[in-house]
Amino acid sequence: MIKPLAFTAAFGALAVAGTAIADSHAGLPPAVKARQAHMQLYAHNLGILGGMARGNAEYSAEAASAAASNLAALSQLDQMTYWAPGTDSDTVEGSKALPALWENIPDAVSKGQALATAAVALSETAGNGLEAVQAGLGPVGRACGSCHEAYQLSDN
Amino acid sequence: MLRFLAYLTLVAVAAGGASLIVTRPQTIPDSAIAGIEADLARGEQAFHAAGCASCHAAKGAEGEARLILAGGATFETPAGTFVAPNISQHPEAGIGEWSRAEIVTAILAGTSPGGAHYYPAFPYGSYAKAELADIVSLAAFLETLPEDPTPSAPHDLGFPFNIRVGIGLWKSIAVSNDWVIDTRGDETLARGRYLVEALGHCGECHTPRTATQGLDSTRWLAGAPNPSGRGTIPNITPGALDWTVDDIVAYLTTGFTPDFDVVGGSMTSVVQNLALLPEADVRAIAAYFKAVPPVE
Ligand code: HEC
Ligand code: HEC
Ligand code: HEC
Repeated sequence: MIKPLAFTAAFGALAVAGTAIADSHAGLPPAVKARQAHMQLYAHNLGILGGMARGNAEYSAEAASAAASNLAALSQLDQMTYWAPGTDSDTVEGSKALPALWENIPDAVSKGQALATAAVALSETAGNGLEAVQAGLGPVGRACGSCHEAYQLSDN
Repeated sequence: MLRFLAYLTLVAVAAGGASLIVTRPQTIPDSAIAGIEADLARGEQAFHAAGCASCHAAKGAEGEARLILAGGATFETPAGTFVAPNISQHPEAGIGEWSRAEIVTAILAGTSPGGAHYYPAFPYGSYAKAELADIVSLAAFLETLPEDPTPSAPHDLGFPFNIRVGIGLWKSIAVSNDWVIDTRGDETLARGRYLVEALGHCGECHTPRTATQGLDSTRWLAGAPNPSGRGTIPNITPGALDWTVDDIVAYLTTGFTPDFDVVGGSMTSVVQNLALLPEADVRAIAAYFKAVPPVE
């Protein structure tokens, strides 16, 4: 399903974005920086697809496939070390990960898997045209949202 | 703040019968709705705009499952934990046996068929501004939804919050039927105001409360502590939210922010409801936000 090249590219992007984000999130525990950077990569790739879906950018099969493959790859990375115990929002200022996440690890993992399912589906169709992107974005967004609903602190 | 509510409750309990008369629960009689014809399509829209499913569908329900109003969602507050009851059509577990006027009374006046006051965790203080025809239609729409036998769970509240009498005083002090924003005859803004201030009850989360636990109209939609005790609910006045109307519409219907972060927390379910409204209504909501006085 996932091409090794795309996978490596996603890793590379992760490292690059990781350093960029780390600067703005100075002082946070590495695990928190890592997961926030991971989330920013989701948002970045989703933004490329969303821009096309909304007509703010021209549809390109290549760019859409690349962004969707990145999302699929990212959603399948092993993230267990990001969610280190003792790094919840009650303990670490600057984290928005609710303690409930650690009380419901199996559920959080299954929400992560639901995202992977939706993202892989999108990666398989994103090159087929704008409509496919528009149709596939909803399930991805809902998968992100169902985890944020349960485990992300609202605070700003 | 909650101390004040506790205090009101104690005063009300101490005053006993006298306060019961002063704050007797309001009801809407059969005769008041007799001439109003229910329109199911209108009722369905009012149902989504009012977000009944956010609280009364089972936790985590999506899509069609949000029409099974079995209750069970919990709301943590400093007063204790509220549990939304079953309002499905089941004759015993739900409200299948209620008359239409009884349902309308619960929504608009916060009064039970037995004459008790409901807790304001049920946002009837906002629904009170809704049009009677919308609520009659909504009640008719509820009658078309499935039955579910799950019994309602009791709230878990400490003294004095477990005594409903004090709510009567609270209603008389804190519930206002005045619109917050002057729409100066603009129809789109008036529609947006209706959806935000009445049905959508957006202020119940986004507006800070006064000492008497009413919504503070001088800081309307300016953000508030999260009642769960963790985090805050954002300021959505133009003083803080610089999104375009298109950005706001996209967020309210897809959950994506302009940066493609994804909505979370209790707003997730609000977005699920708003996604089911006609786009013109969501645009009216966005237009309304642009007209709200900015608060930094
Ligand atoms: C398994 C649960 C889960 C899934 C799935 C998930 N998120 Fe998150 N997300 C979180 C949590 C928890 C946080 C808060 C992390 C923290 O601050 O420690 C977060 C934070 C974020 C942030 C803020 C990052 C920062 O810099 O502070 C963004 C943006 C984000 N997520 C986007 C997404 C997008 C887009 C998706 C879907 C493609 C997604 N998330 C899927 C749980 C999840
Ligand atoms: C049950 C409480 C609740 C209700 C009711 C509610 N909101 Fe929200 N709203 C929130 C929370 C919590 C957030 C923050 C979401 C997050 O953390 O991702 C939010 C975020 C928002 C935002 C994005 C603000 C930002 O800066 O990211 C907008 C716009 C918004 N709400 C509009 C509305 C509208 C319109 C309504 C009424 C139809 C409404 N809200 C009703 C809780 C609520
Ligand atoms: C923010 C959460 C919330 C929303 C939104 C909400 N309710 Fe409720 N509702 C509650 C709670 C909590 C109670 C219990 C109040 C009490 O026990 O005093 C309740 C009680 C009720 C009751 C009384 C049930 C009984 O057995 O006595 C009815 C009827 C009802 N709601 C209908 C609705 C309808 C219709 C809507 C949409 C227009 C709605 N509710 C929206 C939380 C909510």
